[in-house]
Amino acid sequence: MNNEFYPLFFSFHFYLFGLIALASALLFVTRKSPVAAALWLVNVMFCLAALYVMLDAQFIGAIQVLVYAGAIMVVFLFVVMLLNLGRPEDVSDIRGQFPRLAAGAVGLALLAEVMVLARAKFPAQIESAIPSGDLSRGEPGGIIGPVAELLLKDYVLAFELSSMLLLTAIVGAVVIGRKRS
Amino acid sequence: MSFDLLIPTQLMAALLPDIVLMVGAMVLMLYAAWRPDSVQHQRSVGMASIGLLVATLGAVIYMAWRGDTAAQGVIAVDGFRWSVDVVILIAALGTIALAIEYNIRQGIAQAEMHVLVLFATAGMMVLAAGRDLMVIFLGIEIMSVAVYVLAGFNRRSGAAAEASLKYFLLGAFATGFLLYGIALIYGATGATQLAEIASRIAEHRLWGSTMLLVGLGLLTIGLAFKVASAPFHMWAPDVYDGAPTPITAFMASAVKAAAFATFARIWYETFQLLSFAWGPVLWWLAVLSMVIGNVVALSQQNIKRMLAYSSIVHSGYLVVLVLANSAAGTAAFVFYVLAYTLATFGAFAVVSLMQEGNDEPVRIADFAGLWHARPGLAVGMSVYLLALLGFPVFGGIGFFAKWYLVVAALTSDINLVLLAVIVVVTSVISAGYYLQVIRVMFMQPRADDARSVPITGPLTKAVLATTVAVILFFGVFPTPVTAWSEWSALPRYYRTPVGGPPIAPGTLAPPPAASPAPEAN
Repeated sequence: MNNEFYPLFFSFHFYLFGLIALASALLFVTRKSPVAAALWLVNVMFCLAALYVMLDAQFIGAIQVLVYAGAIMVVFLFVVMLLNLGRPEDVSDIRGQFPRLAAGAVGLALLAEVMVLARAKFPAQIESAIPSGDLSRGEPGGIIGPVAELLLKDYVLAFELSSMLLLTAIVGAVVIGRKRS
Repeated sequence: MSFDLLIPTQLMAALLPDIVLMVGAMVLMLYAAWRPDSVQHQRSVGMASIGLLVATLGAVIYMAWRGDTAAQGVIAVDGFRWSVDVVILIAALGTIALAIEYNIRQGIAQAEMHVLVLFATAGMMVLAAGRDLMVIFLGIEIMSVAVYVLAGFNRRSGAAAEASLKYFLLGAFATGFLLYGIALIYGATGATQLAEIASRIAEHRLWGSTMLLVGLGLLTIGLAFKVASAPFHMWAPDVYDGAPTPITAFMASAVKAAAFATFARIWYETFQLLSFAWGPVLWWLAVLSMVIGNVVALSQQNIKRMLAYSSIVHSGYLVVLVLANSAAGTAAFVFYVLAYTLATFGAFAVVSLMQEGNDEPVRIADFAGLWHARPGLAVGMSVYLLALLGFPVFGGIGFFAKWYLVVAALTSDINLVLLAVIVVVTSVISAGYYLQVIRVMFMQPRADDARSVPITGPLTKAVLATTVAVILFFGVFPTPVTAWSEWSALPRYYRTPVGGPPIAPGTLAPPPAASPAPEAN
């Protein structure tokens, strides 16, 4: 999808998915039942995946659906349902005035930050170094090629180290989660 | 030879000690799970871990002896890395030696404790090497995740569970800052490698970029959390107090050394040109850590909390060395970290012997008359505390560490005279709590109902004897350590912004057009 050729089409879908994502996120934080909240979060993930696809990052969009909407949220729902936390009456996320005000303040701070950062300009030299245009067409590896290039060449050490991190986390979780000796 | 880190085999060769440790740790993880938990099995896994750490130390020394270098890449191959590795491995060796006997005394049978210490050590070695913000971030996480679990390892202790959860939540919070900072720095420069970021800042004159400065600020907050420097120190006393004492020693020494090593490297190699922005921030970070840590430590009754506040003070001293931003500063950093690690380690080793139950805090009053009951321990503890204080002769290597710290602050390009004065004044104040423990040990009678101190096991004895010997020996002959730390200093180089005036040695960052901030002081 190219916003240079289809500006109206692009902005229509951008606002469509953006607004659905915002509304779902709002519902996610205001629902009292954890199950309903989790399902709204799945909706947010789907909308974000659509936005990624519109930005020519189809691979990341697919991963977003598979990993976040699929794996993580399903596990989340399993935990919520297995522990039987799905009853709304004894769960309340935000209590009192102060947390509401604090949450609002954090939201405003983030909004201000987005405004400030949106005005920042890339220097021309860096802008030219950022890959642009259609990665999906004419590249030998398709759109996964550049990702693989980064993952297995430039960041291969970071890639391997993240498996070490996961291993550490698994060992730690098993140690903490085991019955007391 | 000079490694080309883009070639996989050469990258692996440059990572030799790390690979030895990681592969060994994974094998030991399987071995730990192979047999049912027992105190004996815990002991044998611990001994195997000590063997693995010695092998890794050998690999580090071999690499340092070969003196290889590397072109700019994801990891550094330089003396600074090997020196920090040596300090980290010494601390890890001590931790496991203490932990084996601590576990036997406390009846902890899970052998995974040693494996997690090895994983954390592997993460720290990555931190010491990392020259890419992604690699550094993963190193911090490998280290932190392992230490979160280690802090709560004693499942029968409520305090340990609280400490672990507190550390985890605040650590995750700090990680958020760190990652957000890295993301913004990437957004502003388009690079994650330190050298690449530095050259893009210089080339494109990015020192006025809001995004970069916000990213740098978030990165500073995240790292300040990890090294427990005030005002981001709140978690440290509770976590140090609740965690098993060998792990507290590990956190106070190795975790701090590794986090500071990467702190120093990032600032030294990358953000030279932004020193107008971070100079004042680090200046206040150092002052607050020194003042708050000292004032609160004076009123502590619990010795672990007292040592925790003392470690906050020392992180203030180390921030001074990051701020000094000179080759002498990084050399003094290595020296200081070694001295601090040995002294902190010994002090916590003595405390771990005094601990009886799981949740019973060790008070300073419990040390009353220790000289009459266990003269060896009392003398050892005095040496460690005097080393932390920086006392001449009896404090051994600690005195020279403070000496080089003050010299590095005074000879820095940045005017740090006021900070050096504060270092000296706060050191004098810290005598108030360090000497208090010594006074109690030597000048008060042992109460009749005082806790019996368990017999020191051979491993703990070895840790105590070695640290005391090293502290005192190099306190008399500091030359080898000085030469070693000078060898491991990061090289000094200046970057000239394209089209801008060359930066003359002796001046700070280029005068940025947009924000002419004053120098730190």
